[in-house]
Amino acid sequence: MCPSDSQLSAAASRRRAEPARVTATAPEPPGGAYGPVRRKEDARFVRGKGTFIDDIQLPGMLHGAVLRSPLAHARIVSIDTAAASAHPMVEAVITGDTLAGRGLAWMPTLSQDVQAVLATDKVRFQGQEVAFVVAQDRYSARDALELINVDYEPLPVVVDATRALDPQAPVIRDDLPGRTDNHIFDWEAGDAAATDAVFASADVVVTGDMLYPRSHPAPLETCGAVARMDKTTGKLTVWSTTQAPHAHRTLYALVAGLPEHKIRIISPDIGGGFGNKVPIYPGYICAIVGSMVTGRPVKWVEDRSENLMSTSFARDYHMHGEIAATRDGRILGLRARVLADHGAFNGAAQPTKFPAGFFHIFTGSYDLRAAHCEVTGVYTNKAPGGVAYSCSFRITEAVYLVERMVDLLAAELDLDPAELRMKNLLRPEQFPYTCPTGWEYDSGDYPRALRLAMEIAGYPELRREQAGKRERGEYMGIGVSFFTEGVGAGPRKHMDILGLGMADGADLRVHPTGKAVLGISCQTQGQGHETTFAQIVAAELGLSPDDIEVVHGDTDRTPFGLGTYGSRSTAVSGAAAAIAARKVRDRARIVASAMLEVSPSDLEWLNGRWQVRGDPEQARTIGEIAMAAHSGLELPEGVEGHIDASTVYNPPNLTYPFGAYICVTDVDAGTGEVRIRRFIAVDDCGVRINPMIVEGQVHGGLADGVGMALMQVIAFDAEGNCLGGSFMDYLLPTSVECPSWELGETVTPSPHHPIGAKGIGESATVGSPAAVVNSVLDALRPFGVRHADMPLTPANVWSAIQGRPLRTDLAIT
Amino acid sequence: MEITVSVNGTGYSRVVEPRLLLIHFLRDELGLTGSHWGCDTSNCGACVVWLDETPVKSCTVLAAMADGHRVLTVEGLERDGELDPIQQAFAECHGLQCGFCTPGMMLTSRWLLDHCPDPSPAQIREALSGQICRCTGYENIVRSVRWAAEHEAAARRDDDDDSQDVPE
Repeated sequence: MCPSDSQLSAAASRRRAEPARVTATAPEPPGGAYGPVRRKEDARFVRGKGTFIDDIQLPGMLHGAVLRSPLAHARIVSIDTAAASAHPMVEAVITGDTLAGRGLAWMPTLSQDVQAVLATDKVRFQGQEVAFVVAQDRYSARDALELINVDYEPLPVVVDATRALDPQAPVIRDDLPGRTDNHIFDWEAGDAAATDAVFASADVVVTGDMLYPRSHPAPLETCGAVARMDKTTGKLTVWSTTQAPHAHRTLYALVAGLPEHKIRIISPDIGGGFGNKVPIYPGYICAIVGSMVTGRPVKWVEDRSENLMSTSFARDYHMHGEIAATRDGRILGLRARVLADHGAFNGAAQPTKFPAGFFHIFTGSYDLRAAHCEVTGVYTNKAPGGVAYSCSFRITEAVYLVERMVDLLAAELDLDPAELRMKNLLRPEQFPYTCPTGWEYDSGDYPRALRLAMEIAGYPELRREQAGKRERGEYMGIGVSFFTEGVGAGPRKHMDILGLGMADGADLRVHPTGKAVLGISCQTQGQGHETTFAQIVAAELGLSPDDIEVVHGDTDRTPFGLGTYGSRSTAVSGAAAAIAARKVRDRARIVASAMLEVSPSDLEWLNGRWQVRGDPEQARTIGEIAMAAHSGLELPEGVEGHIDASTVYNPPNLTYPFGAYICVTDVDAGTGEVRIRRFIAVDDCGVRINPMIVEGQVHGGLADGVGMALMQVIAFDAEGNCLGGSFMDYLLPTSVECPSWELGETVTPSPHHPIGAKGIGESATVGSPAAVVNSVLDALRPFGVRHADMPLTPANVWSAIQGRPLRTDLAIT
Repeated sequence: MEITVSVNGTGYSRVVEPRLLLIHFLRDELGLTGSHWGCDTSNCGACVVWLDETPVKSCTVLAAMADGHRVLTVEGLERDGELDPIQQAFAECHGLQCGFCTPGMMLTSRWLLDHCPDPSPAQIREALSGQICRCTGYENIVRSVRWAAEHEAAARRDDDDDSQDVPE
């Protein structure tokens, strides 16, 4: 049910007085276990007792360091490791040739390409891995890198994706048989003919070219691994910063030819992932080979520059959009042509059948007749990656495109951008809704979310203030964005990664005293799984979250599954946890029937107990039932004893979270400086298990959006030198760039998810950059600025005001 | 070279390389892994500890520079089994997610509260502006510091009331 306007206004005025949470509808808390439960994880973290990768110390452990290429494109003439090997503290020096002897010089990527572990023929981006030193301590390992002499023959460099397909461009991937250019793939979705017809009949067509520049997730903890090959048992244990330990185990088995049961991957506490820790990096393989060669554990942890220059980047999409509409603002169609810069190896981490990820969920939240998109992927002399940084498999880029196009259309038609959106949003009765590229959105009430955001913002008041300021020569912007994500990949018949279906397991063991251990296949990097997943199980079984231990991140102790990224933990593993708990509950019912000497059909689940219908005196808790199930009680036919259960959850569809964001900025036209005054975010992620954690996730994503919109870019110069290789150059938002976020929520449960949840991890990162950019460009409208690319740094904004917006990803004169 | 450093009230003497960074001394030599290394360029503040009475970024301080000085790390915040109010605050207000920046954030916040017991949100943001958190968007960190300030103020009031109750 929708709140009345007066309720919304009251909520909005409260909101402005004191930052808090505004709720359009309150979710029903099942079992009483849902709610803002304080996190179990925090007891160790606030004491400094977490175990991050670099905290792991093993007896006899050695330290590895990677020698990296200073050049973006060069042939390797020779590598002289004699001096490094002679260093008294060095135990081993490994090169591409060493690895080639073991068949490990190249490894498969998550996009069916190959990537050099250590370069054998050429280096293809600045920072590429060339050699690996294993030494007795971390300083000596670095010292020895200085003693390796590599003779490079420089080659011409391609860093501009728009030039990568030029006939004279140097061919980067001459390692691939028959390769004569830098083309990776062409891909399309939607109905081209229908879209052409819609465009031909439209009153108005607006076009726009925009770059979503290369960014980097930059988790505060860099990537690393500790590998221990036990030659006696043949068991390889790898502690590593991985968001997908089970998938890594299988890939190590396939690549290295090791038996999979002799590989154990442990993902310890992870200092932020954001997609950066999905791929397997050369350093991990080097640590493993280092341990095989030396017979001792080897630790490798990259430094910040290595992290920014070589591990999975994000975005780098050059986009051309076209939007067709009627004169009165009815959106009819959307087209997109994209040039996708994948770097030197196609290492994008996404469901394998979708080379552009889910970019083709690109019609956003609007009711339009036809759409078509084409994506061309190219190689350049830049680091590999592309799908990372909380992007919902590229829905971030898609949302940015459509939300910029809608704003360009609003400007063309001289309509208010919020009104234009309201007019074209999908209506609640259209769900489930199949979008023009074939995806079925599960549920939504979009107008309600936008109305709430506008109420919290005091939208008409802001527009009046803006008009007054413009008359005084002050530049204030109001930016709106609306997003729909598709998360929780995914149905295994459509989605796999290198053949591994994207289903996730859960197993739940209930001990005799009614305390439980839940094993899950996904892995927390700060999302609070140890708390949220305990709440899911507690709600299903009438237990306290304190009674449930959540085990994750250790392949020897948890069921198989594909891990945590793409906002899939709650959507997939959360569903698995709920279903495992329901299986436990079903088994408990049979045991309870024996305890109470009634038929199972005479029992009902009420208030967290199995109770004889109509007789509250005759009831048993899960704890009582668990003890009985382990006792000498004669169990009914077909019950083996114990009430443990396990499951594998294969999602029937993606879930589709959505939200409405409004950003208010003040722009100094003299300096180009942008100040974010307010940011209003209304999110609908379905049922909220732990609203405190959900809001924390939104806060973090909003900061990401501010960073991408205003500060963050990994740019390159003409020689392929990375210009974002440290936090001195790659600027991340701090507490002073971020405003106090103003949140609101609506709750539209997912109809196909067992607990109605959708996932929240990436929503704000997906939705917020467009709101910030739309806001800044709204502020600059009096200057006739139509578009400027992210990041909207003072220099870029100032140049845009002068009529010369910058190419933000290149420093080429 | 031999250095002697008092860390969290315990004296440690070690022979170290002159180039050894304080963060590596704490983590690798003493096993105090609560302080984290995050960036190399003193931008992120994951490595913040106190040198005597001042928060410093221990990735840009040599261990040798701590010779004869006192260092406070996150492991020294808890006293007699009781968490410092700033530690309680971060857990109470969801001021952390992955926990990697948290020790540095708490140590700077502790210093702020010692010098400015009732900081405004703007003062808190300014004090923490040399540190980076990638998870929280800072909102709940600001709330955490306010929570600690308010609880410490309440505790001071209780102490004052108690002292007034003491008979002459």
